[in-house]
Amino acid sequence: MYKLFLKSLISVLFLLGLSINANAEFKVGFVYVGPTGDHGWTYQHHEGRNAVEALGIKTTYVESVPEGADAERVIRQLAQSGHDLIFTTSFGYMDPTNKVAKDFPNVKFEHATGYKREHSNVSTYSARFYEGRTLLGHMAGKMTKTNTIGYIASFPIPEVIRGINAMTLAAQKVNPDIKTKIVWVFTWYDPGKESEAAQALIDQGADIIMQHTDSTAPVQVAEKAGVWSFGQASDMQRFAPKSILTSIIDDWAPYYVERSIAARDGTWKQQDTWHGLKEGMVAMAPYNSAMGSDLIKEVEQLQKDLASGKVHSFTGPIYDQKGNILVAEGAVADDGMLAGMNVYVKGVEGDIPQ
Amino acid sequence: MEVQLIKIEKRNDVSRSIYFLTPVLAIFLTLFGGGIIFYILGFNPIEALKFFFITPISDLYGLSELLVKATPLCLIAIGLSFCFKSNNWNIGAEGQLIFGGIVGGGVALLFYNHDGFYVLPVIILSGAIGGMLFAMIPAILKTYFNTNEILVSLMLVYVAKLLLDYLVVGPWSNPEGFNFPETRQFSESARMPILFEGLRIHAGIFITLITVFLSWLILYKTYLGFQIKVSGLSLKTAKYAGYKGKTMIIIVFMISGACAGLAGVGEITGPIGQLHRNISPDYGFTAIIVAFLGRLNPVGIIFASLIVALTYLGAETAQIFLQVPKYTGQVFQGMILFFLLGSDYLLFFKIKFLGLKKNEL
Repeated sequence: MYKLFLKSLISVLFLLGLSINANAEFKVGFVYVGPTGDHGWTYQHHEGRNAVEALGIKTTYVESVPEGADAERVIRQLAQSGHDLIFTTSFGYMDPTNKVAKDFPNVKFEHATGYKREHSNVSTYSARFYEGRTLLGHMAGKMTKTNTIGYIASFPIPEVIRGINAMTLAAQKVNPDIKTKIVWVFTWYDPGKESEAAQALIDQGADIIMQHTDSTAPVQVAEKAGVWSFGQASDMQRFAPKSILTSIIDDWAPYYVERSIAARDGTWKQQDTWHGLKEGMVAMAPYNSAMGSDLIKEVEQLQKDLASGKVHSFTGPIYDQKGNILVAEGAVADDGMLAGMNVYVKGVEGDIPQ
Repeated sequence: MEVQLIKIEKRNDVSRSIYFLTPVLAIFLTLFGGGIIFYILGFNPIEALKFFFITPISDLYGLSELLVKATPLCLIAIGLSFCFKSNNWNIGAEGQLIFGGIVGGGVALLFYNHDGFYVLPVIILSGAIGGMLFAMIPAILKTYFNTNEILVSLMLVYVAKLLLDYLVVGPWSNPEGFNFPETRQFSESARMPILFEGLRIHAGIFITLITVFLSWLILYKTYLGFQIKVSGLSLKTAKYAGYKGKTMIIIVFMISGACAGLAGVGEITGPIGQLHRNISPDYGFTAIIVAFLGRLNPVGIIFASLIVALTYLGAETAQIFLQVPKYTGQVFQGMILFFLLGSDYLLFFKIKFLGLKKNEL
């Protein structure tokens, strides 16, 4: 009797386990590197997730996942608990994502900003943020009085260097005397360090502050010092209403929606996506009226031309700091060159940390 | 106006069994407190606690992850127990872990594409020595220059972190890695052997178990262990007995640093497989909680490290299944320590109410 009871208990539990595993509801998982309330990088990915959720697709997220040994477990748990598509939204998840993808061939993985697609179920995606930087450069070149642009940079990776170069080239086009001063903070998010860097740049004569970091500290410092600034990742206007000319917005929502639907309908394929202003993955926040309506019109036209492909951020002639030609006159830098960019263009001060 | 007068008195007779039972009490109080928090947040407390403490370890993979997470915590806490028992406040285990990781990782990169059974042992040993040397800085400054070891060891954490940042951004970054702040993946010969196919539990657990056994031997069966215990109870007595305090201080720091260094090298050769900026999610600081929760006792620390590791895993599963904010894991760790210290206070002191007195002011 006792054994029979035990046996039936085990079989019931077993069936229960099966029914949980057989639960066929389509689910999408997200792994974030920061808290959802960072008002920068993670906040925007979370907005993208909300757009997927709004379609009626069930989503799950895990926030503040360190880019060390813990990432692999979180990604694996999402795969194991029945998620069909998993977005890992930071560079540091590249190797763990590929490792887990190997063990879950039926689950689709999307890794942001990485370059490894070791298995057919891993896609990568990133945005052409440099197109936004070109617009910032145009505005900065026109608005500066000291001809000095201060740039707070995170890590000397191609993406950041591309942004510095795109901005400098665009600024030089409208103001040949422009100089770009850079402070490397070696962090993506550290309000203390970022505000110190902003202050140091202002002390060195910069009257435009630009950042490739995620906190709102630099724009707040700029607001206090009465210089112009640009927001990063999300619309930071409310943190520095006078100082901010515009913000580059990362809009992941259309991509997340498209890929989630594709995965649900079985049309998902491996790809490497690099979208920009054209597709809307890079968007601009409203322009500050302090720039004057003429400049705003110019910038809006440039934005249209960048989106249509009429203008490219990296059109020759482009020279490096020593005066060697990088891109010939009339030519346009190809994606391969952009993806591996590791030299400054002429007009940027200092050396890339190596 | 009348006021209640309170007198706090030290208890003379504290039962040993109750002393070791209070951590268990603290854990139960944490479960209870956690349930209340979940309830306030609008979750079913029983279900939330189940996802927090049972689901993560309900399969083999989960158990293996628990051990992966507990291994560094246990190692560091064992080392710290030597320091804390002898009244030396080494707060910088995180820095010693990172420095051990740097030295071990450097050797691993040196042996890039080398095969041979000797590669891994050399890396592990160099990691332990790295952590040991780094811990000797606060020890020597304390013994010969009378500096405060809490401050020195804590500040050195930032030194180690910045050094690691510099190395992975600059000279040691992966030449094929587009300047991203990380080194190459180490060769197979430099990786901890995996114990079971498909799980992440690695040979580092044996190092931990051996360390636990050795530390028990040293603490309870040797003259050094006796010195450590006496110095912890009363420095004056230790001096009176003629113990060479300086040597002992340096030795406990060396042991502690070596353990943290081992933990660091275990992480980079185990689950991570390379050096980058985030090799430790503050294991060195969390291990302080583990050491005290385990009563600075080697066996206690094993249990404590498992429980604290579970709070990490639980926070992840609870977020995946219920979308409970992930920071509840840290709240749980905080509550465990709070309840432990609170019950300790009541254990060692009694509060006497002396009745109402007229306030003379």
